[in-house]
Amino acid sequence: MISLEQLAAIRDKMKDKVVIREGAAETRVVVGMATCGIAAGARPILNAFVDGVAKEGLNDKVTVSQTGCIGICQYEPVVEVFESGKEKVTYVKLTAEKVEKIIKEHLVGGNVVTEYTIGAINK
Amino acid sequence: MVRSHVLVCGGTGCTSSGSAKVIDALNAEIAAKGLADEIKVVKTGCFGLCALGPIMIVYPEGTFYHSVKAEDIAEIVEEHFLKGRPVARLVYHEKEAEVAVATSLSDTAFYKKQKRVALRNCGVINPENIEEYIAVDGYQALGKVLTEMTPDDVIQTVLDSGLRGRGGGGFPTGLKWKFASGNRGNVKKYVACNADEGDPGAFMDRSILEGDPHAVIEAMAIAGYAIGADEGYVYVRAEYPIAIHRLEIAIKQAHEYGLLGENIFGTGFNFDVKIRFGAGAFVCGEETALMTSIEGNRGEPRPRPPFPAVKGLFGQPTVLNNVETYANIPQIILKGVEWFTSMGTEKSKGTKVFALGGNITNTGLVEVPMGTTLREVVEEIGGGIPGGKKFKAAQTGGPSGGCITAENLDTPIDYDNLIALGSMMGSGGLIVMDEDNCMVDIARFFLDFTVDESCGKCTPCRVGTKRMLEILDKIIAGNGTLEDLDKLEELANYIKSASLCGLGQTAPNPVISTLRNFRDEYVAHVVDKKCPAGVCKNLLQYVIDADKCKGCTLCARKCPVNAISGTVKQPHVIDSSKCVKCGVCMSTCKFGAISKQ
Repeated sequence: MISLEQLAAIRDKMKDKVVIREGAAETRVVVGMATCGIAAGARPILNAFVDGVAKEGLNDKVTVSQTGCIGICQYEPVVEVFESGKEKVTYVKLTAEKVEKIIKEHLVGGNVVTEYTIGAINK
Repeated sequence: MVRSHVLVCGGTGCTSSGSAKVIDALNAEIAAKGLADEIKVVKTGCFGLCALGPIMIVYPEGTFYHSVKAEDIAEIVEEHFLKGRPVARLVYHEKEAEVAVATSLSDTAFYKKQKRVALRNCGVINPENIEEYIAVDGYQALGKVLTEMTPDDVIQTVLDSGLRGRGGGGFPTGLKWKFASGNRGNVKKYVACNADEGDPGAFMDRSILEGDPHAVIEAMAIAGYAIGADEGYVYVRAEYPIAIHRLEIAIKQAHEYGLLGENIFGTGFNFDVKIRFGAGAFVCGEETALMTSIEGNRGEPRPRPPFPAVKGLFGQPTVLNNVETYANIPQIILKGVEWFTSMGTEKSKGTKVFALGGNITNTGLVEVPMGTTLREVVEEIGGGIPGGKKFKAAQTGGPSGGCITAENLDTPIDYDNLIALGSMMGSGGLIVMDEDNCMVDIARFFLDFTVDESCGKCTPCRVGTKRMLEILDKIIAGNGTLEDLDKLEELANYIKSASLCGLGQTAPNPVISTLRNFRDEYVAHVVDKKCPAGVCKNLLQYVIDADKCKGCTLCARKCPVNAISGTVKQPHVIDSSKCVKCGVCMSTCKFGAISKQ
């Protein structure tokens, strides 16, 4: 016999796994995954975002996907964050540590990590 | 950690176009590229756009691939899954758009006007995994009903929702439940599900069972609670192997999770579902014949009353609803009456699934709010008629229904409007016919079907439909008279009023409806001995235009019966006494010199 609470527990556990099928969420994290990106280590970056977003319970708000070459190959791995109603943010030369900080401060906290953006690097 | 879900259609349409091979290739390629932990392949139910199968959707982007073959998989995995570049040549694009764009599913004209309620989980969840159904609020409605509502509350909710039977008759579902609800606890009762979908071209019940079997099981349990039954039967055609297989899995899983069986949710409510196979007799879709068949007897109807709600399966009170009707129930319970009644027209609430077929671009399954016009369904969702041909009529209700003509294209579709037009909702088959279809031939097609399927128990149906078919054959052969048309109408009315069950009572409808709307075509057949659409072979002949014929001899060489004669570089002639009207000459002629008259 299953109780209503157990049913709800299964639902909550599984919901996270099927929410991805509702399509793009409000916030999209797009990882550049062309040859240049992959060569610079974009695969682990992509996976770090997927893991981090799930860990923070943001699956229904944030979509992580890939794209092709953004055109700034020297800055790879490049990640762009699109939020509805806001300017897109381009993060460059990412590492696993930087990703962790971006998830905590930007995706959870709502504050852009300016020091990792393309604007900061160019200075 | 999974970052992407690849949904591949495992419905009957896509399975027959090779989706199983696509899934195997996907799994192999994903493993080979080391992506097994990142990409999850899910076999789902029907997406609806069966004409373009196998269908594949990649989330989170929502990229919509169609006509995917196993050979395409390596490219898709390398380019899209690894590098994030959708393979443009396989991405669905609208007819008008010049370049293939990565259209997401919900943006396409095919889906935009649809409102998926009964089909909500088809193409979204894996129907063989109960946890995916639970994830989309599955069995929450059953939980709510058992713990928060009295059986009478449930019946009142279904009554207030205005839900009407989706199998054809359009009888209010709540009323059916109410009639069967008396004397709860003291009388053995049954809940039955009609999955004996028999209309030519209709496959919505099949798709729901294949794509979302738990919704039907959950709804049957809710009906069981409402009327006081602890046993349910699904009567499904044996020709639906995938539907049966998934239903069996679903019932087994529901038992494992305690969602069927004894003391569900600890409330003391018991319910179990069994499957019975139908051998494919059309008459077994009629409720009394269906129950007779479940009982193990030959599937023949019996007179009503008594109605099933009083004396049904094994002589006990029974609620019998169609698959699509059940698929609406859990959501009405969860989302409420107001949500449901906000869709549809005054007397027909909610949505209806239609199986689009015939001469239409997007063959497949569509679900629209009641009150959507036929024009929207045919021209916008259906993508219009291929080859720029002119719309002539649409047949709704299959062999029990009638045709809707071009001047009624803007009528909002609901139960009552269709009946006013001399057709009916039926189970939702919608067959589109263009200028090349002969309406006499169409009427003959449907009548031929009912003659075949008549069970033979009552004379008006058994003999009457046969006589009507003979008259139609006479007309098509070119031997008909105007009196035959009157005789057809007279017979049709007798059969309608004197037959025992719905099969006979509706069998003459296609003839009545085409006689009413296309009498000129019948007259052309009997008076002018011509078939205006050029379909009836006995009423047309192939003629070579001597001015256009170059004497290339191609037609003479292709003619299977040597009916064409002539010398090289001289106009040829067709001997109409030998001609079998196969049309090969017309399609091979490079100069357009041959025509049908």
